Amino acid sequence: MDKKIKQLRLVLRNCGFIDPENIDEAIARDAYLSMGKVITEMHPAEAIKIVKESGLRGRGGGGFPTGLKWEFACNNKADRKYVVCNADEGDPGAFMDRSVLEGDPHSVIEAMAICAYCIGAGEGLIYIRAEYPLAIKRLKTAIAQAREYGLLGKNILGTGFSFDIELRYGAGAFVCGEETALIHSMEGLRGEPTVKPPFPAESGYHGKPTNVNNVETLACIPVIFSKGADWFSKIGTERSKGTKVFALAGKVNNVGLVEVPMGTSLREVIFEIGGGINNDRKFKAVQTGGPSGGCLTEEHLDTPIDFDNLIEAGSMMGSGGMIVMDEDDCMVSVAKFYLDFTVEESCGKCAPCRIGNKRLYELLDHICKGKGDMADLDRLRNMSEVIKDTALCGLGQTSPNPVLSTLDNFYDEYLAHVMDKKCPAGQCRGLMEFFIIEENCVGCTACARVCPVNAIAGERKEPHKINKGICIKCGACMEKCKFDAIIIQ
Amino acid sequence: MKRLESYDDLRKLRNETREKISSYSDPKNAANRVIIRVGMGTSGIASGATQVLEFFREALRKRNIDAEVLMSGDMGYSYAEPTVQVTRPGTPPLVFGDVDTHRADEIIEKYIRQGEPVDGVIPVDYLTIEEI
Repeated sequence: MDKKIKQLRLVLRNCGFIDPENIDEAIARDAYLSMGKVITEMHPAEAIKIVKESGLRGRGGGGFPTGLKWEFACNNKADRKYVVCNADEGDPGAFMDRSVLEGDPHSVIEAMAICAYCIGAGEGLIYIRAEYPLAIKRLKTAIAQAREYGLLGKNILGTGFSFDIELRYGAGAFVCGEETALIHSMEGLRGEPTVKPPFPAESGYHGKPTNVNNVETLACIPVIFSKGADWFSKIGTERSKGTKVFALAGKVNNVGLVEVPMGTSLREVIFEIGGGINNDRKFKAVQTGGPSGGCLTEEHLDTPIDFDNLIEAGSMMGSGGMIVMDEDDCMVSVAKFYLDFTVEESCGKCAPCRIGNKRLYELLDHICKGKGDMADLDRLRNMSEVIKDTALCGLGQTSPNPVLSTLDNFYDEYLAHVMDKKCPAGQCRGLMEFFIIEENCVGCTACARVCPVNAIAGERKEPHKINKGICIKCGACMEKCKFDAIIIQ
Repeated sequence: MKRLESYDDLRKLRNETREKISSYSDPKNAANRVIIRVGMGTSGIASGATQVLEFFREALRKRNIDAEVLMSGDMGYSYAEPTVQVTRPGTPPLVFGDVDTHRADEIIEKYIRQGEPVDGVIPVDYLTIEEI
């Protein structure tokens, strides 16, 4: 492989190259051929073996071996079974699944049909958030066109195998990406998770064996059958095979989708493909895994990205959001941002997640406002560990990760907040003080007039002063001053 | 559309469509006519890809240039939307980033008509599954 080319488009093989609303273009690029091969020439067990041999692991975050999941669903006998595509992409900053559905919906439809054949399902459901109207429209078009060709429906390609797909819309609740909550939501119940076991493979949608796979996982399936398990398992690292799509966002020059073989380093993704940090600022951290992940630092930049390495480094693969931060980002605020998200998205069923995360958020807020002390840092860690161990589902069990990883990797910054009452990145307003530099101040009174609490006093044409006791640190004076006389410290 | 009754039907359709379409849907092979593909995913549309697509259709028709204007999903270059892939006969496709109607005009007049280079080409920085 050419050393300079880092990306490999496997999941994104057709994105950008076909018209997603014209099935002929997809077929010209081999769509449905793998399905045709599997349902006419293979026994389900044979096909599942190929998926197992490929080493494919779930791309939604957990990294569970896909072939094994299919085998479980296949082995559970029932009159009806279901294949579900999890398109409830909810991590802040992640848009991989949306791009696949908008650019190449047929790859997902084809993979669902293959899965249905393998596990013995007749119906498929795509759980997609209503916030993705374009993806929904293109999926509907794609499903309708596939039906017209008889690639979905009864007696597909004359083999006697029947399978059809319907869409189910989610209202955008993050917890519904968890498979049990997702199934409840599809059943019309509240989107709350339940304890596993029973796993959906035994008792899922309406109590029937159900196989839930993420969009990106499914998009790999047709390639595994067209190129072979052997070919696929040669890409990637020992325990993580294939490629991973990342949505690169934040303070990086080339924001967008990146697809690299597993084992590529964070440095290669951020600095070579991503083009480095905006405005030549200094790299500080990269957040992977969304609200369930953690922040990795400079020392992790050369870690090869795969499921196990990221967990070892204190983060996780997650669904593929990758947010790059520079020296201007305050890590305590970043942890607070993710906790804010988790508190908002917690379904409220279990106490550790409902109450614990709220308390974590309050502690972080306290620290950001300069009211924290050393005992708060211990409290943060203890509470995080308790939540991790006791929460019901993946959302709660992973929600303290942003706190723990920033405590581990950026303890100095927490110390600066609680001991010196300073925010090194200059983000926490509560820890700043506004000053007027006398030499620069011409006494124009603009700042005094804009101050909402009348904290600035001074005679015309004389240097002004800010009364720290009254100042609410809104920054309005600094924006107004034309002479750069107001600074933050 | 005709219902496909067998795997052979599907393979036959694949070969037919491939002949008809692959010339312009293959990312790395040359086409025999001018093909323009506008990235119309959510980020593309949000950046104005719809207007760019309309402009290409209008302008090429008015200027009598034989070309096919098509859409696609996002190409992944969110930092440079709208993105447009242009294929001139006999040359591999080029992807242009940050294409507004002004840039589109430049691409038609300089690159498509005369083959002269135009700024804003996004280099191909990936391998396809056929290549490994």
